[in-house]
Parts: sequence; C-alpha cells; structure tokens
Amino acid sequence: MLRKKLALKTATALAAGLFALAGIGAAAAQDVIRLGSITTLEGPFATGGQDAYRAMEMALEEVDYTIDGKKIEWIRESSNAQADVALARARKLIEQDNVDIIVGPLSGAEGIALRDYSRTLEGKTIVNGSSGAADTTLRDASPNFFRFSTEGTQWMAGLGNHVYNDMKVEHVALVAADYAFPYAQAMGFMLEYCEAGGAVTKLWSPLNTTDFGSIIANIPSDAGAIVLIQGGTDALAFLTQYAEAGGDLPIIGGSITADQTLLSARGPHQRLMEGMLAAGPIADLNEDPMWVEWVAAYRERFPDGFDSPSIHAFNYYTNTKAVLLALDEVDGDLSDGQKAFQEALAKVEFKNPMGANVRLDENRQAISDIFLTRIVDDGGTLRTEAFGKTEGVTQTMGMDREAFLALGAPSRDNPDCPPAN
Amino acid sequence: MSLQFMITVTLNGLTLAALYFIVASGFSLIFGLMRTVNMAHGSLYMIGAYVGFAVFDSLYASNATAGYAWYAGLLAGVAAAAVAGVVMQVVFLGWMQGQELRQALVTIGLSIIIADQLLAHFGGNPFQFFAPDALFGPTPVPVIGRYSTFRLFQIGLALAVGVGLWLLLNKTRLGIMVRAGVDDRQMLAACGVNVPLIAVATFALGAGLAGLGGVIGATAQPVALGVDVKFLLTSLVVVIVGGMGSIGGTAIGAILIGVAEQWGQALFPTYSVILTFAIMVAVLAVRPQGLLGRTGR
Repeated sequence: MLRKKLALKTATALAAGLFALAGIGAAAAQDVIRLGSITTLEGPFATGGQDAYRAMEMALEEVDYTIDGKKIEWIRESSNAQADVALARARKLIEQDNVDIIVGPLSGAEGIALRDYSRTLEGKTIVNGSSGAADTTLRDASPNFFRFSTEGTQWMAGLGNHVYNDMKVEHVALVAADYAFPYAQAMGFMLEYCEAGGAVTKLWSPLNTTDFGSIIANIPSDAGAIVLIQGGTDALAFLTQYAEAGGDLPIIGGSITADQTLLSARGPHQRLMEGMLAAGPIADLNEDPMWVEWVAAYRERFPDGFDSPSIHAFNYYTNTKAVLLALDEVDGDLSDGQKAFQEALAKVEFKNPMGANVRLDENRQAISDIFLTRIVDDGGTLRTEAFGKTEGVTQTMGMDREAFLALGAPSRDNPDCPPAN
Repeated sequence: MSLQFMITVTLNGLTLAALYFIVASGFSLIFGLMRTVNMAHGSLYMIGAYVGFAVFDSLYASNATAGYAWYAGLLAGVAAAAVAGVVMQVVFLGWMQGQELRQALVTIGLSIIIADQLLAHFGGNPFQFFAPDALFGPTPVPVIGRYSTFRLFQIGLALAVGVGLWLLLNKTRLGIMVRAGVDDRQMLAACGVNVPLIAVATFALGAGLAGLGGVIGATAQPVALGVDVKFLLTSLVVVIVGGMGSIGGTAIGAILIGVAEQWGQALFPTYSVILTFAIMVAVLAVRPQGLLGRTGR
C-alpha cells in the first residue's frame, strides 16, 4: 500500500517535472530563435569562411539580432570543406544546440551532404551558405533545403557567347581542377560556347596541384585563349608559372578564379590578371547604389577585412537576409513544424547587395542576375568590374527543365566539343 | 608526342625532384642519426617560407633594398627553420630519445600548433617570392627553345646541397661523428663524444635544409597553409623509396618521384597521384628498406 502510494507520488512528481521542463522549453522556443551556421574556418577556404561570417554578422546586426521582439541566438560552427565534417557539425547544431535554422555550408560537396541530411529532419530548415554544386538543388532536391545564392553553372551565363562572338576566339584550352564545382562551371561555359561553334581542349588537374609545368606544356598551340577554372593557390600557381614560361594567351577565369584571395596576393601573376574576363554573381566595381552602400558598410564595420567583400561574404549575406525577411514575414513564428516559415521562405523575393532581384524556383533554387566582369587596375589595386549582365538566370540556363536534365550531370567528359583535328 | 614536349616534361620532373631532394635530405639526415621520424618537417618548411617572406616583403617594398631582398629572405628562412629545429630538439625530442612513437606524436602535435600559429600571425592568404632578376624569366635551352631560369637554378642548388652534404658527412670530423652515431650511439658516447650536441647540430642542419626548401619552393610555387602536409608526405615517400638515412637514396627517390609526378600529370592527369604511391608500393614489396637503404641494423 505504502509502496503503491510512493510510486504514485513519484510518478506525479516526475510528470510535474516533465511538464515544467516542457513548459520552459516551449517558452524558450517562443522567445528565442536559434540560428545555427556552418562555414569553413579551417582548411583551404579558411579566409573565405572568415569573410562569410563577417557578412553574416552584418546581416544580423542590421536587425539587431531581433525579429518582432524575439531574440535571435546565433551559434557558429566551423568545418574544413569536407562533407563528413560539415555533416557532423550540422548534426551537433540540430541535436545538441537544438537550432531551428542552419545557414551553411560554404563548399560544394558539403552542400550535397547537408541537402541529404535536411531531408531526414522535421520542422528544421537548412539555408545554403555559399556552396555552389548544381545537383544540390537540381536533382533530388530536399523540401527543407533552400538556396538563395546562384550556383556554379549559372555563374558562367553569358561568358561562352562573349568569348566566341565578341572576342572571336574559336578554340580555348580549359585548365580546370578535377572535381564537381569546376565541372558545373565548365558546363555553364561550354553550353553556350560549344553551341556557338567553339572547340574546347580540356586539361584537368587534381585539386591542390602546385606544379603546372606539364599542363602548360600541353596547351595546344592554336588555342586562342585559356579558360582557367581553378581557385585559390592552384590558380595562383598556374598563373605564376604561365607568366614565367612566357605565356601570353588571354585568360578567362571561372567565378572563383578572380576572387579577392588572388587579386590581393602580390606577384608576377598580376601581369596576366589585368584584363582577365570572368563571370559570376558579384563584381567589386558596380555602380548600383545598393552595392556601393553595402561595400562601404562592410569596410567600415571590418577595417581588417578584405578590400571588397568576397563572393562567400556576398552569398552568406544573401542567404541570411532571406532567412531574416521570411522570419519577419511570419513574425518569428516557427511553430507547426516551421510550416508557415518555410512557405514564406519559398516566396521571399528581394534584392541582393548587387542590386539583383532574387527569387526561388520550384526546387527552392535562386533565380538571379549574373555579371560579366573584367579585371581592371583601380589606382594600383586590381579589382573586378562589371561590364555586362544576364538577367534572371535560371538553374537550367534558360532551357526547359526536362531538356536540361536530359543533358546529364556535368562531369569530366560532359559536355564535350573537342577540336576537329 | 614531340621531342620538345618530352624534354620539357622531363626537365619539369627533374626541377621538381631538385626541390624534393632539398627538403627530403634534411628529413633523411635527422632520421638517419636520431631515428626520429620528424612529422613536423613540413612545418619547418613552412616556417622557412613564412619567416623568409616576412623579411623579403619588407625589404622588397623599398627600391634601395629590393635587389637583395630575396637573398636576405633566403638567409632568414634558413636561419628561422634551423632555430626552430634546435628548439624542437632541445626542448622536446632530446630527452625522449629512443621513444620513436612518443617523438612522432609530439612532432605531429607541434606541426598542428605551428600551422595554427602561422595562420594567426600571417593570415591565410597565399603568397610567393619573386626571384631576383638574375634568376627570373626564361633561359635559352637547346631543342626546347627556352626554359624557366629559376627552375634550372633549382637543379644547380640541389646538386650543391647534395655534394655539400656528401663532403660534410665523408670528409669532416663532424661527418665522421654523425656516421658513427648512426651505427652505434652508445659506443660513440663512450668514446667521449658529446652525442646530444651532435644531435642538435644535425637537427639544425636538417631543419635548415627544410627552411631552404621552403624559400626555394615558395619562389617556384605559391605557399599557403596546407603545404606542410604536402611536403611532409612527399619527404616520407621520397625517403621510403630511396632508403632512410641515405643521401644517395634520397636523390634517387626524389628523381623517381619528381619525374613520375610530372610525366603522370602530362599523360593521365587525373590519376597522376596514384603513380607516386604505386612506385612506393612496388619498392616496399621488392626492397622494403628502400632502393639504397641498408638492412641488418
């Protein structure tokens, strides 16, 4: 009897305790929005990751870390550009830190890993950081993964036509790193260039190649230009060694070739970089008042940052901005498995710092403007300057979705248009 | 495939081998005398490159000093790496002599700390030295027309390092003591030689060579965080192929790996990385002690 009574008491106490805990949990969830983020503060893209967090900080400071009286608690995580690490950190954010939304990651393969992870979650949302692999949203898209930044294939819009039609170059040597992101970029370029009638000789090198001597020896003598889809140190190594070998073909860059990392590094490669063409979602010199204001704000807030915000800063800012706009739309209401929030997020339409309109397609992938850029010497500093724009570039490059998917996933051999001989 | 192409690729391989030899010879030297597998050897390479660049960059900014900036950077890089090597040996490795696993773990730890410290002090931007005017640009070479002067200089420097090491080890008193230490440390100590001092000197020399490689490497290719692992791995492969502790073996290993890497990149770029390790596997299967390594120790 006594034992029964005791058991009953314990059960009541436990239930009361649980109830109280649940009550606290619910109250906390209503007052605080927990925002997690992942970028690369380690590994090859460490400087890009650092810049990404600068921009995210700017976006959050603009709303003073509050949405309709609800505090935004920001929990930062770091990865090293490896998919498994990004996944482990995302799990930590969701399972231990109990975040509602994750912004990230930075690099391509990480994006695909988090897209797959997001599918297993309920009532949680992952919004891309700066990762640019096409398949993250193109094939097998996840309902919980949103991307307000454009991706590698989109970024090359307009470049292929420009090289063939305006520069009159009929044969290019493609010097590219051998992994998913350059495949996507090569596809974006070649779709237009091969269609226009150009021929491409492909020279792939493994990621982290530092000695390009043999690649340079393989550049065909009748090529009219080099399309260089390499980033960071690899691009620096190629350009330096090409300059030293006395190379003089015009260089056309991928979207991460002509970034601040390379522009601010001093060396013989700078001789080749002036006048270099590229395409991508940002340009350092752009007359749009939104951009001018944003760059000024960035410089003032981060005097030790880059001379001009990097592509990663731009992408993280754009994605964070979308989250904040959607949160504001639903007054910070994340109840009901974030249903209202996700609906609002899918419908958000706004202008990114470049002044370009951003909206999502049915796979929750951004449709936005892409700029043709040229590197100019701006008072002793090399900067990219926008000289052309393709508006509203879709992930399928303006093609019908079925027809585009039928082209197959970009790879080393797809697409292909080798020279005739 | 033209003759010109074949010679260019082979020359590329040899010049890369020269760089590998300079770095790996220091690694091999340290291992030969102390049995220490110095997993921080790549970090010494980075210290050479970063410190050398800090000196180079400040001198290069002014016209008056730009002419000898590279040479000053070279000296500073070598000295910094040598000092770092001495500190490592005296503070950490000297008193745990003979405990190979412990030393390997300590040097791995040091390499992580050094990489983070370099990131904190110098930032993550890649950089590169500009070779002095005498070494920059192309040089006329028969058959292939012209070839990078600096890369040819690399071969000359590697030859000088190789000959210098050979003379040091075979013709000087220090060399005799080092070689005796390789064969029997206890006996050498019993003869009244200060073995720990010899060890410090050897470590300084090996680390200085890594620093020299760092400056030369950073003039030929850009340096960024992460090259420490690359050069540690290359040094390991080179000395495993050539034979631990043998200068001649290191040279042969470096040439094999360098030439294979460049030919692999020219013929089948995607799988060129495998070739290096295929060579290592083949050598390990047939001659586990390395091509010129000695057995029966």
